[in-house]
Amino acid sequence: MSAVEVEAVTKVFETRTDSVRALDEVSLTVADGEFVALIGPSGCGKSTLMRLIADLDEPSAGEVRVFGMPARQARLERAYGIAFQQAGLLPWRTVRANVELPLELHGASAAARRARADELVELVGLGDFADHHPDQLSGGMQQRVAIARSLAEHPRLLLMDEPFGALDEMTRERLQGELLRIRTETGAAVVFVTHSIPEAVFLADRVVVMSPRPGRITEIVDIDRPDASADPESMRESDAFFRSVTAVREALHGRDTAAERGATASGATAPEAAARGVETR
Amino acid sequence: MTDTATRQIALGQAGGRRAARRHWSGQGWVRVAAPLALGAAALGVWEAAVHLLDIQPYLLPAPSAILDQLVSAIGGIAQATIATGTNALIGLLLGAAVAVVIAALASRVRWIDQLVAPLVAAIAVVPIVALAPVLQTMYGATSEMPRILVVAIASFVPVFITTLRGLRQVRPVHLDLMRAYGASGWQATRIVTLPGAVPYVFGGLTIASSIAVISAVVAEYFGGLQNGLGSRIASAAAQSGYPRAWAYVVASIVLGLVFYGVTLLAERLASRWAHIPIT
Ligand SMILES: Nc1ncnc2c1ncn2[C@@H]1O[C@H](COP(=O)(O)OP(=O)(O)O)[C@@H](O)[C@H]1O
Ligand SMILES: [Mg+2]
Repeated sequence: MSAVEVEAVTKVFETRTDSVRALDEVSLTVADGEFVALIGPSGCGKSTLMRLIADLDEPSAGEVRVFGMPARQARLERAYGIAFQQAGLLPWRTVRANVELPLELHGASAAARRARADELVELVGLGDFADHHPDQLSGGMQQRVAIARSLAEHPRLLLMDEPFGALDEMTRERLQGELLRIRTETGAAVVFVTHSIPEAVFLADRVVVMSPRPGRITEIVDIDRPDASADPESMRESDAFFRSVTAVREALHGRDTAAERGATASGATAPEAAARGVETR
Repeated sequence: MTDTATRQIALGQAGGRRAARRHWSGQGWVRVAAPLALGAAALGVWEAAVHLLDIQPYLLPAPSAILDQLVSAIGGIAQATIATGTNALIGLLLGAAVAVVIAALASRVRWIDQLVAPLVAAIAVVPIVALAPVLQTMYGATSEMPRILVVAIASFVPVFITTLRGLRQVRPVHLDLMRAYGASGWQATRIVTLPGAVPYVFGGLTIASSIAVISAVVAEYFGGLQNGLGSRIASAAAQSGYPRAWAYVVASIVLGLVFYGVTLLAERLASRWAHIPIT
């Protein structure tokens, strides 16, 4: 069964002055256990698509199914774990109590909560910080807590909206490695929003490239991943990695303009302006 | 996987905060001593002025005369302070409790918000002590109720306003999370919104504490029981016992400072508990 099926979904936001077509007849299927990255310039509807899958918003038209269920039912049955760019920890709760939160809401016993939280805090390498409060942690550590919390109920699907977007490059690469390891251990499907091409290529089995106004999927790039036995970090240096980065970059900017980019250093061309907000480093 | 480097950084930051607190408390005695010295000097000037300029007691009694009264009538002053303080405390807690409940409802239910907002605006502009004579007639001259109600109504406004502000500080990412977990609206209120508003509730209490004491004292000017600071100030002044009236005024000031100090401390503790800095 597919983890996510998005069928001809349109989302229109009505504001007082006008209406924004955030998504226009978007269709996408994520297989069970598959890692899919959504990439595209700011405002192309990545967050909107993720929020529709999470049933945090409802589509104007079309249908979203998660593990064969309507999105709402999937949410109420806790089919997914979720993390955002902001860690969103409750400042008055310790790291452990933050990780326990979803379990507490769903009536798990205190002992079961504690056991699971300790396990997860250990999993994300914060064993020594279980009794700290979020304001005593760095941004990267807070984001690890958020990831631990998203895993609390053994979800078969993880939804992540730029979870590493606010972190420095070194922390970000380390957390990417950890996420891959966790994902291998849990076998969960992942929908991962990013605006970093290397991040998308390093993490995903497939990279979904989107364009704005109206929000659409323009291309889906399959990534050659090293086999599971190899050290995932070695991928960053591989030829396959650079080929995939180029493929995604071309999909984002269009094949011609990608070649021209060096020549038109000044004066943004139209596609370039459209691709604002995408990191190509 | 254990990340000793990040751990050291985090601990280093915590150490930095401790050092900052030490630095602050190193200057603490100056903060206390400076106003005390200023107060003592002012009292000295006052005392000298009364004697040198031969100021009449009905205009301004000397600090020494007030002190005499404070010492000789300390029993009565203490009783009056307790009577007024009790009214102020009960009224403050009553007003604050109602304010928190109504603010919680207003933050959750739209029509309650729309209903309550103009009402609170109206209460905020009414000079509340003007209600005292009306309530006095309603409850009769032997009841503490009119005074407690005046205090409760006066305390309600600041606590309601700050609590509602605190409840509305809730971050969208927290609400998204609660929805993702399938939490009910009241679960979200209990787990996310109310705890985040706790420091604001205590901030409102700090503001309301002085108002509570002032209205408890002033409410007594409108007759009724003669047991509190306000009644004693009024009757002493009526009998030309000016130093005695002033001694009761001093007791009111002390009462107000105690209320303010305690609520300020509570606000700090609440802010530390919630890990939300006081802004
Ligand atoms: N709640 C909303 N109300 C109105 N417009 C919105 C809302 N959420 C998103 N939009 C608009 O929808 C478009 C897509 O937004 P979003 O999905 O956040 O893009 P992305 O995450 O790719 O940057 C943008 O034009 C944005 O302004
Ligand atoms: Mg976004």
